[in-house]
Amino acid sequence: MTVIATESLSKRFPRVTALDRLSLDIGPGVTGLVGANGAGKSTMIKILLGLSPATEGRAEVLGLDVSTSGAQIREQVGYMPEHDCLPPDVSATEFVVHMARMSGLPATAARERTADTLRHVGLYEERYRPIGGYSTGMKQRVKLAQALVHDPKLVLLDEPTNGLDPVGRDEMLGLIRRVWTDFGISVLVTSHLLGELERTCDHVVVIDGGQLLRSSSTSDFTRTTTTLAVEVTDSDTHPDGTGALRAALAEAGVVLHPGVEDGLPGAGHILLLEAAGEETYDLVRDTVAGLGLGLVRMEQRRHHIAEVFRPETPPRHEEVPAR
Amino acid sequence: MSTQLPHPSQAAPDTTQIHNIGYRSYDGPRLGRAYARRSLFSQSLRGAYGLGRSAKSKVLPMILFAVMCVPALILVAVAVVGKQSKLSIEYTQYALYLQVVISIYLASQAPQSVSRDLRFRTVPLYFSRPIERADYVLAKFGAMASALFILTASPLLILWIGSLLAKMDFAEQTKMFGQGLVSVALLSVLFGGIGLVMAALTPRRGFGVAAVIAVLTVSYGAVSTLMGIAFATDNGGVIQWIGLFSPMTLIDGVQSAFLGAPPGFPELGGPSTGVGVIYVLVVLALIAGSYGILMRRYRKVGL
Repeated sequence: MTVIATESLSKRFPRVTALDRLSLDIGPGVTGLVGANGAGKSTMIKILLGLSPATEGRAEVLGLDVSTSGAQIREQVGYMPEHDCLPPDVSATEFVVHMARMSGLPATAARERTADTLRHVGLYEERYRPIGGYSTGMKQRVKLAQALVHDPKLVLLDEPTNGLDPVGRDEMLGLIRRVWTDFGISVLVTSHLLGELERTCDHVVVIDGGQLLRSSSTSDFTRTTTTLAVEVTDSDTHPDGTGALRAALAEAGVVLHPGVEDGLPGAGHILLLEAAGEETYDLVRDTVAGLGLGLVRMEQRRHHIAEVFRPETPPRHEEVPAR
Repeated sequence: MSTQLPHPSQAAPDTTQIHNIGYRSYDGPRLGRAYARRSLFSQSLRGAYGLGRSAKSKVLPMILFAVMCVPALILVAVAVVGKQSKLSIEYTQYALYLQVVISIYLASQAPQSVSRDLRFRTVPLYFSRPIERADYVLAKFGAMASALFILTASPLLILWIGSLLAKMDFAEQTKMFGQGLVSVALLSVLFGGIGLVMAALTPRRGFGVAAVIAVLTVSYGAVSTLMGIAFATDNGGVIQWIGLFSPMTLIDGVQSAFLGAPPGFPELGGPSTGVGVIYVLVVLALIAGSYGILMRRYRKVGL
């Protein structure tokens, strides 16, 4: 089954090409749409909602053609915009009830669904207070609730973690994951941070300049490039613990990354290496123990969007102008 | 022995239970565009009187509604007590005399109806749903015109009921009441359209209020002044054309040409029937133009 399908979809404006012959085939589940600002993510969402005609090519959402069945699609799809969209002087309950009715739900159903949905996104007593007094995290939840209230088959979330602090980000990502696992609603979520989507999505699509860079399941991303970050203490016998471990691991045949994070505070104490599999973890543990060092941390590193570009394009070394 | 005390967080059984209800999908009816448009209409109409909004936002529309109705009540009381055979004001003149109240009402409620959606960028949420641009504009336009009609027709209803209580001629009073209703209906649609266009051009509520007041009162003041000058300089023929340039004198012209109303400036005389047709056409063109401008406006802000 296909949730979203596009075929050489293009969108050209007089001065820019927002989408350039994009062909996608997205199945049920959580799909991340990653791209830098201006990569064409929002244009894509507008086309999928049937609000902006494509210049050429075609797109289908839930098996319906966007150019002819816009209204039908919008009845079964939820949309959460990137920007603020909430009036401050009404309560979350009033607002979401109204939006439910705008989606065609009868009054009673609208109230029931609103109560359910606000609870699911984690808004309780505060839902009766005016939205103006909410924190950013709470506002994002209301925005998500209005996209889910009519029980759509698919939700399009435009940068849902924008403006959230790290904890709020994690909570929102967890919520997005639940939209699929618990509610059974497919999700298309855009972000400019790949690392964020990697934890949430089953599938990640990367676009840049309106073109498809890469489309693959999240497990592919992690399987091919798992980077481990290891930090150890120094000891009397090994005043430079990191250096000693680096030498020992190199001897054991582990692929060590050059210090990618050089320049960051404390980066010199973090060793980045490629994990070939389970045995690498054991090897690191045993090597550290053998050297008599303390293992401060060993964690999987999240990828930057830049790493996705790496196989196709060599990393760009930005030249520092001479002063 | 295993008497376990309930964990504090489980002390309130209903809260734990709520957590255990899983997601329920919705299989009920989805009533589509027409229903959404009706819902938006009724929500906007109620909102125009502060219903479903905060207590604070009910104050002004309710006061203005009272201000509109009180003179009618007084007139009726005088007529009933004094056993008059005729009301001391024409149905068609009532809105003209209280036009300042109508202008203030429109200036306060039109921005409330459309500027908020623009300012807080709620409009994209509407257009990501089944309703289309035309549905949104029609619902808002209809609600504003209906709110104005309630404001302007209610005192007429009071006058009519009062005239019957004072045992005035039923047929004549009902005919004049009917003409009054047609006049305020036209006024409501025309003013509603102008007010919404002014308000929709700016997301700032304050500018919207100022723009509506300016357009209605400044145009009326300017037109009245010009009419006075034309009268004083013996250019009587020009007067009926000057009236085309303010919403209130337009309505006045239409009703004095076709609805048996005395002209707003009796000494000046109303437009002739031929010019009256032009008045009607201008009113209809302004209404259609308001709709067109609103449609254009929302093409830009859709998402």
